[in-house]
Amino acid sequence: MQRVGVFVCWCGSNIAATVDVKAVAEALKAEPGVVFSTDYQYMCSQAGQDMIKEAIREHQLTGVVICSCSPRMHEATFRKTAESAGINPYMVEIANIREQCSWVHKDIPTGTEKAIILGRAAIAKVSLNAPLTPGESPVTKRALVIGGGIAGIQTALDIADAGFPVDIVEKKPTIGGKMAQIDKTFPTLDCAACILTPKMVDVAQNDKIRIFSYSEVEAVSGFVGNFDVKIKKKARFVDETKCTGCGLCTEKCPQKKVPNDFNLGMDMKRAIYIPFAQAVPKVATIEADYCNMLKNGKCGVCAKVCTAGAIDYKQQDEIIEEKYGAIVVATGFNPISMEKFDEFAYNQSKDVITSLEFERLTNAAGPTAGKLLRPSDGKHPETIVFVQCVGSRCDACNEKGKEYCSKICCMYTAKHAMLTRDKYPDTDVYVFYIDVRTPGKNFDEFYRRAVEEYGVHYIKGMVGKILPEGDKLKVRASDLIENKQINIDADLVVLAAAIEPDKSARPLATMLTASMDTNDFFTEAHPKLRPVESPTAGVFLSGACQGPKDIPETVSQAGAAASKVIGLLAKDKLLGNPCVAGSDEMMCNGCSSCERVCPYGAISYLDKEFRMPDRTTKVRRVAQVNEAVCQGCGACTVACPSGAMDLKGFKNNQILAEVDAICR
Amino acid sequence: MNKKAIRDEIIHISGVNPKKCMKCGKCSGTCPSYNEMEYHPHQFVYMVESGDIEPLMHSDSLYKCLSCFACVERCPRGVEPAKIIEAVRLMTVRQQGANHLKSDAIPELLDENLPQQAIVSAMRKYSK
Amino acid sequence: MKVSYYPGCTLKTKAKDLDFYLRKCAGVLGVEVEEIENWQCCGGVFTTASDEIATKLSSVRALSEARDKGQKLLTVCSACHNVIKQTNYQIKNDADFAARANNYMQQDVPYEGEAEVVHFLELLRDEIGFDAIREKVTDALKDKKIAAYYGCLLLRPGKVMQLDDAENPSIMEELIEAMGATPVVSPYRNECCGGYVVLDDAKSAEKKSTAITENAKTMGADMIVTACPLCKYNLEKHDQSIPVVYVTELLAEALGIKEGV
Repeated sequence: MQRVGVFVCWCGSNIAATVDVKAVAEALKAEPGVVFSTDYQYMCSQAGQDMIKEAIREHQLTGVVICSCSPRMHEATFRKTAESAGINPYMVEIANIREQCSWVHKDIPTGTEKAIILGRAAIAKVSLNAPLTPGESPVTKRALVIGGGIAGIQTALDIADAGFPVDIVEKKPTIGGKMAQIDKTFPTLDCAACILTPKMVDVAQNDKIRIFSYSEVEAVSGFVGNFDVKIKKKARFVDETKCTGCGLCTEKCPQKKVPNDFNLGMDMKRAIYIPFAQAVPKVATIEADYCNMLKNGKCGVCAKVCTAGAIDYKQQDEIIEEKYGAIVVATGFNPISMEKFDEFAYNQSKDVITSLEFERLTNAAGPTAGKLLRPSDGKHPETIVFVQCVGSRCDACNEKGKEYCSKICCMYTAKHAMLTRDKYPDTDVYVFYIDVRTPGKNFDEFYRRAVEEYGVHYIKGMVGKILPEGDKLKVRASDLIENKQINIDADLVVLAAAIEPDKSARPLATMLTASMDTNDFFTEAHPKLRPVESPTAGVFLSGACQGPKDIPETVSQAGAAASKVIGLLAKDKLLGNPCVAGSDEMMCNGCSSCERVCPYGAISYLDKEFRMPDRTTKVRRVAQVNEAVCQGCGACTVACPSGAMDLKGFKNNQILAEVDAICR
Repeated sequence: MNKKAIRDEIIHISGVNPKKCMKCGKCSGTCPSYNEMEYHPHQFVYMVESGDIEPLMHSDSLYKCLSCFACVERCPRGVEPAKIIEAVRLMTVRQQGANHLKSDAIPELLDENLPQQAIVSAMRKYSK
Repeated sequence: MKVSYYPGCTLKTKAKDLDFYLRKCAGVLGVEVEEIENWQCCGGVFTTASDEIATKLSSVRALSEARDKGQKLLTVCSACHNVIKQTNYQIKNDADFAARANNYMQQDVPYEGEAEVVHFLELLRDEIGFDAIREKVTDALKDKKIAAYYGCLLLRPGKVMQLDDAENPSIMEELIEAMGATPVVSPYRNECCGGYVVLDDAKSAEKKSTAITENAKTMGADMIVTACPLCKYNLEKHDQSIPVVYVTELLAEALGIKEGV
């Protein structure tokens, strides 16, 4: 029989306002095995913890029940308290009388009654608890960063700075991501390339960092500290070790009609190309679908002109296998397709563009060499209309758009409008907005400057329809302040398209068993207190893969993710979770039910020899749990038809004892 | 009927939840009859929500809506303003003697090409 | 193939051509058109009010008959198509409405939205195929520049009508191209012509219609094609300088069967 101590917390008035804590402590005193029961204002305080320790020693307690907040808040705290008083930390049970009781009930009698029942269940469980000891596992001291945009770059640099090796996997031929496509950054208006490319060079020159460009993560197995990852290096048909990035191949390539994705299809590139001048690695890549040599064996010009002998038409995809201790997801975002928003005539007129396309149109390395010329006829646009919130803030049932605010559009639109007025003062610039959202340092000041100093016309209202007529775009919109419908003959319309997570995020989340929300943004372990960790141990989040973010926010989150990774990699050994599943081999009939439901691939089967009562031996197929991989979710214990599978710390008889106590 | 009852009835028969409106004005930005209307689509939504329905029920705007569904199609919040306008119009024309188009007025509106479709549609929209 | 056909009242009076050429074209294209018995006027407009039941029963009746015959229900007038398709959608998605409508109807088998409503354009695209039409047409429309006018009723609400992308449709342009003519894409093709408001505020309708015809002319169109008698009326009433033809009539011309009107 355990000697159980019960500690009922008031949590100030959080619990005590709806639960008669003294009555709870008194009632639980009568439960079997309880030798001590008390209440206190803040059990988690130092005084509260000291009280628990003292009671453990004085009453020789073997089990402890804390009636308090959710175990997610303070289970770890109280386990440490118990351990320091000399009992096994897994002999502590929490009855959640706050989130599951006082916060959901309104009157004291109901709250008190339920608190007593919850306490009773915890006492019943702790009576069957057994001391548990976590296993240890080693830590591979290398990190993987998936995505080479500014988020991935910053995370990798910070991890490498602490002395740990890092690999970046980037699916495009170069790192740099969206920031490399942007012209200027708000609210300081410094040139994006000028601040990004030195970081890209730092990555390239850092001997702790390896870049797998034009590569994708193919498979992930293992667990925190010990991930096994397969990386597919796609064939670029150029030997990276030989290519000097001289660009001669690109110059001579006769296939000039390849849509240039770096410029969002607004101009053409060659079939062999380097995405932009500051690309890292500065290595050419062949676009296989367009290369005449790869398609029909007729050409070979690039191989002929390459003095380094780097062209390799026979190059194959290559699989690299590597071990990592931690994985950082930095897969970023994309603007949503404007396909379904044709009330804005995006598909009907070349002069209706997205904001990211506008960035390329104003970038010196873009298709117009930085001159703001409209795509249809190359003329200078005299009237430009910016439309905010295209596809953002839509109703949940709206199949076209997203429910969330994309967060960055208000500021980049203010930037576009301001820069246009600065460079081309003869241009009329209108911005249609629903709200202008500028909650960032120097953000509202920036927006006000666009209005007050640069004379951008901000109109509260939304564009309803755009009619391309002749060489004009007739913009029909509402002006809610003046309560009138206005018509503007525009030369160029810029749509602030909502942003969404990169399409690669969903399959990656499946590989990592990392959770996502309904919008395919990665979920953080706690929205406030653990914002850069995924709930899956060893997986960290950096940048817009977790939610819309601007550059400063992305960089701070990238650094935060790196510090979490460094904290993990600095450890030599990790303590596992001792609450893992185990199979009773004598009862297991090898049916595979548990293996099928295990989300972590922790269960395998073994043909094992058993001695029978008649001294013969028999080979039987039995389940085996890899305790290092098991996360203790308990799915297998539910699926097991013979009751062989059980979860330490949550054994079937413990759960049933709780149910019995509740139903008593 | 009191104000609240009218509001509830309009919300009920239109099936529209005006609380979903984020007041972007896209409905009014896209409405082809905007300039013929005293109260515009976004005002219908807002005024029904705030219970200020009387002026709408007496406004000629009720008969200017083309039921073209442009606002319904384009509303990012799925509010469907045309359905609100339809409900307010029905509240008006369902009252005794409140038909906007009387059947004896029709003969003089006819011309030799006018399709039947126009007459039955107008009767449906303007009369009970 | 055999389809149930709902012509609608305007097609029996002012829009006889729309009906006559539909039947002729269907014959040539191998579609047997069976006019449903005892159809009644659809009412011209779909009432969105949830408490309007009786006004939708004629649609339910037509739909039930097609269902009983195991046929698709073919329409061509945009208004009829809109009303019947929206009614069908409501029957399928609003259990309360379905129950009340069936209560009125007292049919042996209640109607639950089993029938499929197809517009003549959908029949051409999805059943016959524009390629098959391309093979059958003469060069009657060669060198013709034709602006498709969709109006509202064929396209909206897009969620219900599902004819095509409601903001950037292409079905009529593809048909024009298959008929050997050149499509002219006017941005006004899904703007409203003024509809029934012509009876209450002719000026308003005039404004809307002329914007459409003016733009079609500016874009270089020789004619406008439509499926809706009311659109045709509004467009022709306010601008006589560009012909407006029914889609069935145009197809008959392309197929070389227009003689013998």
